[in-house]
Amino acid sequence: MQKRKVDLVVIGGGPAGLAAALAADEEKVQNIVLIERDIELGGILHQCIHNGFGLHYFGEELTGPEYAQRFIDWVAETKIEIKTNTMVLEIAAKGQEKWVYAVNRTDGMVIYQTKAVVLAMGCRERTREAIRIPGSRPAGIFTAGTVQRYINIEGYLPGKKVLILGSGDIGLIMARRMTLEGSQVLGVLEIMPYSNGLTRNIVQCLEDYQIPLLLSHTVVQIHGFERIEGVTIARVDANLVPIPGTERYQAVDTLLLSVGLIPENELTRMAEIGLDKVTGGALVNQNRETSIPGIFACGNVLQVHDLVDYVTEEANLAGRAAARYIDSQRVQGEQIEISPGNNVRYVIPQKIQEPITDPIDFYFRVTEPMSVGEIQFWVGKEEIYRTKKKFLKPAEMIRITVSFTNWEKMIQVGKLSVVIKEVS
Amino acid sequence: MEDYDVIIIGGGVVGAAIAHKLAEYELNVVLLEKESDLASGTSKANSGIFHAPYNVNPETLKGKLHLRAMEIGPKLMNNLHVPFKQIGALVVAYSSTEVAKLENLYVQIQKLNLPAISWLNQEQVMDLEPEINNKACAALWAKQAGIISPYEFTFALGENAILNGVRIYLDSEVIGLREQESRMEVLTTERIFQGKVVVNAAGLHSDKVGTLVGDYEFTITPRRGEYYLFDRNCGNIINHILFSVPTEVSKGILVTPTVDGNLLVGPNAEEITSREDRQTTRKGLEEVMLGGERIISNLQKGEVINLFAGLRSVIKETEDFFIRTSANCKRLIHVAGIQSPGLTAAPAIGEYVVQLIGEMDGIILRPKKSFGYYRKPVIRFSDLSREEQARLIDQDARYGQIICRCEQVTEAEVVDALTRPLPARTLGGIKRRVRAGMGRCQGGFCGSKIMDLIAKYSNLSKLEITKEGGNSYILSGVTKGQ
Ligand SMILES: Cc1cc2nc3c(=O)[nH]c(=O)nc-3n(C[C@H](O)[C@H](O)[C@H](O)COP(=O)(O)OP(=O)(O)OC[C@H]3O[C@@H](n4cnc5c(N)ncnc54)[C@H](O)[C@@H]3O)c2cc1C
Ligand SMILES: Cc1cc2nc3c(=O)[nH]c(=O)nc-3n(C[C@H](O)[C@H](O)[C@H](O)COP(=O)(O)OP(=O)(O)OC[C@H]3O[C@@H](n4cnc5c(N)ncnc54)[C@H](O)[C@@H]3O)c2cc1C
Repeated sequence: MQKRKVDLVVIGGGPAGLAAALAADEEKVQNIVLIERDIELGGILHQCIHNGFGLHYFGEELTGPEYAQRFIDWVAETKIEIKTNTMVLEIAAKGQEKWVYAVNRTDGMVIYQTKAVVLAMGCRERTREAIRIPGSRPAGIFTAGTVQRYINIEGYLPGKKVLILGSGDIGLIMARRMTLEGSQVLGVLEIMPYSNGLTRNIVQCLEDYQIPLLLSHTVVQIHGFERIEGVTIARVDANLVPIPGTERYQAVDTLLLSVGLIPENELTRMAEIGLDKVTGGALVNQNRETSIPGIFACGNVLQVHDLVDYVTEEANLAGRAAARYIDSQRVQGEQIEISPGNNVRYVIPQKIQEPITDPIDFYFRVTEPMSVGEIQFWVGKEEIYRTKKKFLKPAEMIRITVSFTNWEKMIQVGKLSVVIKEVS
Repeated sequence: MEDYDVIIIGGGVVGAAIAHKLAEYELNVVLLEKESDLASGTSKANSGIFHAPYNVNPETLKGKLHLRAMEIGPKLMNNLHVPFKQIGALVVAYSSTEVAKLENLYVQIQKLNLPAISWLNQEQVMDLEPEINNKACAALWAKQAGIISPYEFTFALGENAILNGVRIYLDSEVIGLREQESRMEVLTTERIFQGKVVVNAAGLHSDKVGTLVGDYEFTITPRRGEYYLFDRNCGNIINHILFSVPTEVSKGILVTPTVDGNLLVGPNAEEITSREDRQTTRKGLEEVMLGGERIISNLQKGEVINLFAGLRSVIKETEDFFIRTSANCKRLIHVAGIQSPGLTAAPAIGEYVVQLIGEMDGIILRPKKSFGYYRKPVIRFSDLSREEQARLIDQDARYGQIICRCEQVTEAEVVDALTRPLPARTLGGIKRRVRAGMGRCQGGFCGSKIMDLIAKYSNLSKLEITKEGGNSYILSGVTKGQ
């Protein structure tokens, strides 16, 4: 077993990990190790061969691999040490000390003793089992991301007569992709009365190919014992319960699921870092620092992002903050808690902590769609910030930057609430 | 034509236990299984409990063999390196009516003088199980109960039988049987076998096998039980197997940690007509969740990682095991109606059936000197300490290559499963041997890598690889660019 001392370990080599490592390097952090379990850097972007990446960050439309490659090239120009095909098994923290255990076939087990850690492990897809669809358990049921990898990276097609459950972006993109590969995509079912994907994906991936989107519908039973043969679908009521009498059988040979992503926080949990039940990610302050000082989180491991541009931005923040921490080993001070109010599902960061940096970026999502909403920030009974936004959808993350003037008061109250009011 | 002393039909835990016991003697034995792996029927979908005999009826064959298995089971599992955790069980009453039933049960148990069963009051129950529903009022504590992996037990019996000379044919469904002078002829989809004795351990299909010789002595009724499996991070919320108070037909819904550290909730009991219908249903799953919540009030539904159902093979007239020579054919032994606790009782069933075989015409039971427990233990990387893991990787670099991320299964372990005496050939086979694909992502990440390894070790193309044999293909073709 090798033991090594370093300044920063970044776990995960997707867009979040890449940007965090680069940001820390720019801030002159010396020994940075970037660990990725896959054989190459880039994370989930490798399989996203469609374009639509980088509009905000680079002002141009790139494919996933193109977006990733820019960062991979930049990292190659630095002295950031890259460990691919290496899996982190555990993070441990005690006082100021932190250890990261990683394995691969050439170095064996290595323990990195490090000053700071950035968590950038991304997310995984929710499965058929996790959403508890009853029925038999045949082959032919896949998550959309798995199929995306089979088709785009390996060149295999999983089936010919396909139904997609869930209108998440990956599902929409795969509806188009499988159609182009000659499979018959019968439709996309969504249990909610609205879609969970970006509007541009509904238009470009379904409407342009005449693939029906059935809202308020779900799969209630799976049939077939060896390979899937069909599903029973039904309409659901306002409480998302299937309405008796609306069931109908649909023959398929493949079922794709695009029913949500779950931040991959097993390592985080092992280190006993505080987690947010709603986001599934760590609880963080404005520097994306978790409940353990010196451990930061960014990208999909913190909250599921719909745009990679925001991932990069968040990772820059975390990387710079990690650099400051390594420099000064500062401990966390007084804090202001941020509580999500009316029609706010969650807010990142969940708290603001001294020393305060200004301005602060907030990312959040609505619980229900709203055509025009006024976002309000309240400290006690005082409203300190408001702004209007149009077309609010749970699927589209809202990002705003706010400068505050009255920190003293906020710290006194200790709490900041964010609410969204409908504007007619 | 291949000629054997004994031909066993069915590679569930019962068939495998019989094969393993027969391997101790100088006999030529073959086992025929219709699916692509052992433990593909009821033996793969059950509660995995080594039952303590708290509701045993020693008058029945089921009761007798259960009690005998208590004596020989743990040692056998140890010899075969099958993980067995004797964590004990609580049979818990949640109402005064149930307390009364439990008291009755306790009185009966005391009459039988069964070891290691004691009475717990409410406080003692809460002490042992702080997370239990606070309506719990009393419990029986059966210390002998334990948890095992039902498929690993079956594979282990099969493997050690192979290492002692037994042959196993998979994908071999028996479709014809007839007596020819002093021999039985057994016809499978692939070929004809000849043997002195045939053992019918075909589980749910055992009555169908009987009809092949015109024997309609018994009928099997499938009784389905559905389950929820929860993520590993829930496995340690309880310390014991938690049973409800048993009813006439079933031990009721239970909540238990599994040997692998998950949490299992189920089964309900529903009579159905089809012997293949291992489906879960909305209604059944609701019943299971309600039953589970009666035991643990805050089950975390968001942590469910799998749902499945298993079918008990029941002879309704007796609710007992049916182990005897066919009335129509003196060379055929039925081993049928093996409902719960069939997994627990399997070693005793094996012993009992071998005794019956020993009494048959042309069979002499001569112990085989070379018999031994040769099965190598399965190494589980994720269960080892960091130092042990580091040492393993130094010896074999493939232990440094994680294949299944959720369960932290390494390439070396997958390759082991592909090269053992009873090798895995399907994704399901790998999953049940080394847990790869059994975690929270259910194989989404690692499925493709495992298919590559199966392809390499069994000389198949990736397109030929299946989930569970037959038509359960994963990939239908290649993309346009390929
Ligand atoms: C299918 C799909 C389509 C998308 N389409 C678009 C789009 O059109 N436009 C857009 O802007 N955004 C899109 N996104 C969103 C964007 O790509 C993601 O939000 C972004 O890739 C997330 O970056 P990340 O670095 O947090 O995670 P990932 O890219 O998932 O990277 C995480 C990395 O961490 C590694 N890792 C995890 N655990 C460990 C460990 N223990 N040890 C070592 N390494 C580990 C993983 O292997 C992975 O490489 C899409 C996302 C998906 C999934
Ligand atoms: C819901 C449930 C929970 C249970 N819980 C427990 C428990 O906790 N503890 C316990 O001790 N017991 C339990 N049991 C009982 C236990 O699982 C069974 O008793 C045991 O698995 C039966 O094994 P078997 O070998 O008889 O049947 P199976 O495992 O079904 O094996 C029969 C085999 O025969 C094969 N076969 C059938 N027809 C043919 C043919 N024509 N040719 C070739 N092969 C054929 C089948 O494919 C199958 O593999 C439970 C059962 C169920 C259903």
